[in-house]
Amino acid sequence: MIWLLDLIILALVVVCAVATITLRDLLGAAIVFGVYSFLMCLLWAEMGAVDVAFTEATVGAGVSTILFIAAIFRTTRRSKD
Amino acid sequence: MKNLALLATLVTGAILLYGTKDFAPWGDPGSPAATHLSPYYIENAVEQTHVPNLVTAVLGDYRGYDTMFETVVIYCAGMAVVSVLRRPKR
Amino acid sequence: MKRLQERAQNRPTGESPIIRMAVRVMIPFIQLFGLYVIVHGHYSPGGGFQGGVILGASFILMALAFDLKTTTDYFSEKANAILGNAGALIFTGLGALTAILGGLWLDYSALDRIIPLGPIEWRSMGIFLVEVGVGLAVMSIMVSLYWDLASGGDMDEGL
Repeated sequence: MIWLLDLIILALVVVCAVATITLRDLLGAAIVFGVYSFLMCLLWAEMGAVDVAFTEATVGAGVSTILFIAAIFRTTRRSKD
Repeated sequence: MKNLALLATLVTGAILLYGTKDFAPWGDPGSPAATHLSPYYIENAVEQTHVPNLVTAVLGDYRGYDTMFETVVIYCAGMAVVSVLRRPKR
Repeated sequence: MKRLQERAQNRPTGESPIIRMAVRVMIPFIQLFGLYVIVHGHYSPGGGFQGGVILGASFILMALAFDLKTTTDYFSEKANAILGNAGALIFTGLGALTAILGGLWLDYSALDRIIPLGPIEWRSMGIFLVEVGVGLAVMSIMVSLYWDLASGGDMDEGL
């Protein structure tokens, strides 16, 4: 049954990646990128690489999302293109 | 221009997908990494370092040079941001 | 967070005491968990990098819920710089010390010549010292990255 979980997570990863690059709202894009990091963390934990999953959950989903939001609040929220 | 960029992206993606065909399958015990390097760590790491977590033993001892420069890279990033941005009002 | 809070004050809900109370309760447990992750890295997943990021995230959470000034009260700029430099110095200094004592670079069993614990125990101990150094450096640098990016460098008003 583990391949079913794999398939669901991979499909959601693709959806999140496409949503990140197509969203016009940069704050929303940063949040969706955090969701992408958490899905990658789930994927790694499911494949047995617990240390990498831990690093991804703390750095990718936790701190880097905050840093993106801090940078967005210093610039503009709307994407130009 | 946008069509050209799309074409370049698609061609690169196709080449990458073609390249993954030659990878060993996930968890394959016959892959080169699992036949030469991993058995050495699994057999010797606990006796040589007394650390039960093999990932920590490899990161901190056998591949300590990598971890050292990882720390130095983060340190350089922090110093660069501090020296470019920080100007306290005093 | 101050700007977000000003925007929130213009709405009918106002600023939230629930968030402040919850963060005040959560921060000690987050820091305890970060220390546990660093120290228990020999036996469970984790290590210096992850524990350092968790410790830094607790200060970032404090700056988000209260203000950037509150963070600098508990963890001053000077202490931040000292701890970050000390963390990087512990790692590279340990490597240089082992090289001076006659071993290879980062070969911790050479430290046996200072304090005789046995070469294998020193390899375990050296990994622990290195993890503490990585944790200190990563914690300070994550906090200072957040300070500079959120306040634009003038360190008086956060997000």
